[in-house]
Amino acid sequence: MPTSSRRISGTVFIFDVPQTSKPMQHLKVSLPALAVIALLIAAWWMSVIATHSLIFPTPWAVVTGTWELIHNGTLWQHIAASLTRVGIGFGLAVCVAVPLGLWMGWVRGAYQTLNPIFQILRPISPIAWIPIAILWFGIGDFSPVYLIFISSVFPMVVQTTVGVHTIEKRYLRAAENFGVSRRTLFTRVVIPAVLPQIVVGMRIGLGVAWLVVVAAEMIALHSGLGYMIMDSRNAGNRYDLVVAGMIIIGLIGLSLDGLMRLLEGNRWVRWRYAH
Amino acid sequence: MRTKIELRNLTKSFQSDKGPLEVVENVSFSVREGEFVALVGPSGCGKTTLLNLMAGFVRPDSGTVIIDGTPQAKPNSRGILISQQGSVFPWLTVRENLMFGLNGHPPADHADIADRYVDIVGLKGFEDSFPHELSGGMLKRAELARALVVKPEILYMDEPFSALDALMSLRMRNELLRILAKERHTVILITHDVEEAIHLADRILVLSSRPTRVQATFEVPFSHPRKLTSAASQELRMSILRELGVDHDEAE
Repeated sequence: MPTSSRRISGTVFIFDVPQTSKPMQHLKVSLPALAVIALLIAAWWMSVIATHSLIFPTPWAVVTGTWELIHNGTLWQHIAASLTRVGIGFGLAVCVAVPLGLWMGWVRGAYQTLNPIFQILRPISPIAWIPIAILWFGIGDFSPVYLIFISSVFPMVVQTTVGVHTIEKRYLRAAENFGVSRRTLFTRVVIPAVLPQIVVGMRIGLGVAWLVVVAAEMIALHSGLGYMIMDSRNAGNRYDLVVAGMIIIGLIGLSLDGLMRLLEGNRWVRWRYAH
Repeated sequence: MRTKIELRNLTKSFQSDKGPLEVVENVSFSVREGEFVALVGPSGCGKTTLLNLMAGFVRPDSGTVIIDGTPQAKPNSRGILISQQGSVFPWLTVRENLMFGLNGHPPADHADIADRYVDIVGLKGFEDSFPHELSGGMLKRAELARALVVKPEILYMDEPFSALDALMSLRMRNELLRILAKERHTVILITHDVEEAIHLADRILVLSSRPTRVQATFEVPFSHPRKLTSAASQELRMSILRELGVDHDEAE
């Protein structure tokens, strides 16, 4: 017995030895990802040099182009314009989708009446709505807002409805057993139970909204990152600015998703991820 | 003592792919006020359905459940069901869970009343914890406290401790007896653990396999605290097991 226990503690000891600090561990984990990005940039750089391309920019040209945009202040205007449109369109979509999803999830008749039409509308690409958006709202700020709304509202409705449908029956039974009012049932059981699904829906919805705003701004406007990309191409083939715009869109999209992920750590939904 | 619950010719069947499935067949028995009745039977025999019928969650095909002389219509907080998987709301803290069912009191008192029951079940210090931060045994205590806080007259318990390990299950039984000694509830307990039934109940009904009927009734004449190792309780255990179709050699 003493020998075997010593052997066990010896094993534990071996595994415990490499004690590294937290930032070092972080670096270790993200090292492969950073290496891939570095490799990609290197390959891009070399291929531009090798092909003697006059139009496609080198990474360095993108950096100087970005600097130029920062310097003359236009970058912030475009980012602010895009974010404002997403904020309004997505905000409206949340305000409509959450109550609608709760209603459809709770009331069987509402689900049976509305779900088929939503299932038909949902797979239509937001791009397909562009002509109609222009027809209805003209070429202004409202068209992209409308497109963002239409594209992010459906995933959130569906997610919220599914959330209500998947509330475990034992919780509804318990609530019924205690004979609480409808109001209490909704505020203390149904909404908290669905909240994690609503957050998932919001994450999907915001992702779609960010995809759509850029596409919508490419049509015809005077501001926004999508406009900036199209304008840079049209006004003198500034592909350094096109690529800069693309990278900035990617980074902002990543931060938006990170923000939504922060919501998942919120006290009200944390229980869902705690196992 | 007064009759608290009376089941009269209760029958229930469910629709299945192969036609109607008889689950409960002509069950009649009554429970006195303050009595602790255990229902034991083979798994899948319809015990849970029987309990759901008594608590009002399922309507019988025929027959009636009479509580305090009036037919049971809908579930209400006079009889609280504690299910096997538990139903403590994971999105509310322990205190909020206990406050959930409190309607009759002024809202200002809710937290105090809840905390008193948190204390009774031995969860003091965990009022603000979420269920996922509790162990299995603590979760059962929270569930029990949430049921007790609304002062129910009847507790319907569906294998409440079966998911716990043997030691924790035994501790919870003692805990339950301690609480019941203070607040006299009528209790219906479903269990497949004969020892648990002998430990807790005043009377044990052995149910048949599906469609379930009451096959035999055993009084448990021992006073609390009970010695489960005594010859008399071992003898009772053997007779109940024999009634359940487990022969002597298997039970040993």
